[in-house]
Amino acid sequence: MSKVLVFVQHDNGKVGKGSLCALSAAKELQTVWGKAGLCAVVLGAGAAAAARDVAEYGVESVCYSEDPILSKFRAEPYARAVTLAAKDSGCDVVVGLASSSGKDLLPRVAVMLDAGQASEIVAVNLDGSLKRPMYAGNIIADVEVLSAARVVSVRGTAFSPALKGSAPGSVSELQLSGDPELKEQPRFGEVLGYEQSKADRPELSDAEVVVSGGRALGSAENFQKVIYPLADALGAAVGASRAAVDSGYAPNDWQVGQTGKVVAPKLYLAVGISGAIQHLAGMKDSKVIVAINKDPDAPIFEVADYGLVADLFQAVPELVNLCKGTKVGA
Amino acid sequence: MKILVPVKKVPDWQIKLKLLADGSGIQTEGIKWILNTFDEIAVEEAIRLKEKGLASEIVLVSIGPADARARLEYALAMGADSALLVKYDGPVDSDLASRVIAEVFKRGEYSMVLMGKQAIDSDSNQTAQALAGRLNLPQACFASRIEIQEGSAVVTREIDGGLETLKVPLPCVVSTDLRLNEPRYAALPNLMKAKKKPFEELSLEALGVASDVKVRVRGMSLPAGRKAGKKVGSVADLVAALQNEAKVL
Repeated sequence: MSKVLVFVQHDNGKVGKGSLCALSAAKELQTVWGKAGLCAVVLGAGAAAAARDVAEYGVESVCYSEDPILSKFRAEPYARAVTLAAKDSGCDVVVGLASSSGKDLLPRVAVMLDAGQASEIVAVNLDGSLKRPMYAGNIIADVEVLSAARVVSVRGTAFSPALKGSAPGSVSELQLSGDPELKEQPRFGEVLGYEQSKADRPELSDAEVVVSGGRALGSAENFQKVIYPLADALGAAVGASRAAVDSGYAPNDWQVGQTGKVVAPKLYLAVGISGAIQHLAGMKDSKVIVAINKDPDAPIFEVADYGLVADLFQAVPELVNLCKGTKVGA
Repeated sequence: MKILVPVKKVPDWQIKLKLLADGSGIQTEGIKWILNTFDEIAVEEAIRLKEKGLASEIVLVSIGPADARARLEYALAMGADSALLVKYDGPVDSDLASRVIAEVFKRGEYSMVLMGKQAIDSDSNQTAQALAGRLNLPQACFASRIEIQEGSAVVTREIDGGLETLKVPLPCVVSTDLRLNEPRYAALPNLMKAKKKPFEELSLEALGVASDVKVRVRGMSLPAGRKAGKKVGSVADLVAALQNEAKVL
């Protein structure tokens, strides 16, 4: 009987929270699809340490590879390694987080396994169909994957992180020699460099608190002067509306919305954001939404739990003072 | 350098979608259709490469019913050279789309496939990657900048946490992100001229592609709405509410 394989992402050996959420989804899929077990694959520098960690979360086996060809993420060799791991461990379902890497590699895995793929699922139905947003989150679809082999990418914020199991699973090294084409590096191209926009703050996609700024900030300087102190007082990640990103106030990958990141933190503060549909699509599943805006008719107030009609340049510094030292709980 | 640009017609993102009474899909009768936002960016980028003398020919391909022709003509009016419509009225998933495009790719001497990272209706974000996998080509997805160097594409990609610059040999598949460019409008005279550009129609059978799909939409529903909460009078009231009522601070 076949099993479920989870592609687990990590940062130098530290397993990402989003991948633990994908692991939870994989457990649900294992149950509703009647699969015999749950396995995991971890790739890249630090994968061995991450694999030992993942083995604690109720998976029966974890394979890893720290081969230099996998040291930087590239869709082609990663997809081949994940496919190899699936075949080696008898898995015909592959699950991963719908991160930029997951989105990049999973459809290639699907082709190699002759599998259909459901993207960015938000729930697993008891009848085996899957819930996923379409039309920028304006529609929720129930989809069926008809093929024998199946690939699923998971919206991390829709599932809670997996809990540790009783007995740790086995850990072994993936033998890349099983796919001779995997090492054809020149054909895959090369990574020339990265430009990190990450500051010393939590990752936007899985932060507990997100503070987002909009066009009303007026400039990149104001964005930094007003939004950053509030984010730091709350230990929050910083987000931005598309208008703020397009105006150059914040980097591209901070954009919350239909065409950017989808977030669902415990607390979301929208500062100077009017609330265009495309922004709402990215944050309306947050637990508590706070909006601060000068315009009492701004659409953001229609989804906010708490709205404050005020000049953000006065209200936010005041809020920073009152929030310093508070902890975000619930 | 010949570029293949797959495009899809999708409902205009500015309209409010309504469900069919039986929940089997959305109402499409009489709604406004547009060229998928990300595909439009791909068409624009291909035209810019041609204007720089880096591309020689831009070929469009779409899979869909006969009325997809209007969207293809719009992309021709923007500046693409010719179009192929693979006529098919049934449901198309990313797997079927990638098989069709792969077949078209094999029939031409293409150096690059340039396409949107996702269609804004199904939001699957799969076809470019699946196509690259099927053709065993390198891929550069979520591009916010594309440069052509001798025999290679240097692509800046939008990834979690920042940007990545990737150099991939041609031929390759590149998928476009939102900030790659701002597409031009097709002027009315060009829309008239576009009707005279080469336009081929082919059936799925003639292309030799089986019509089976691997993913089926069983039903649709509207997401649970979110109700407006309350307005607070001051920053102090807001903090008090967050501490005592919402209990998040």
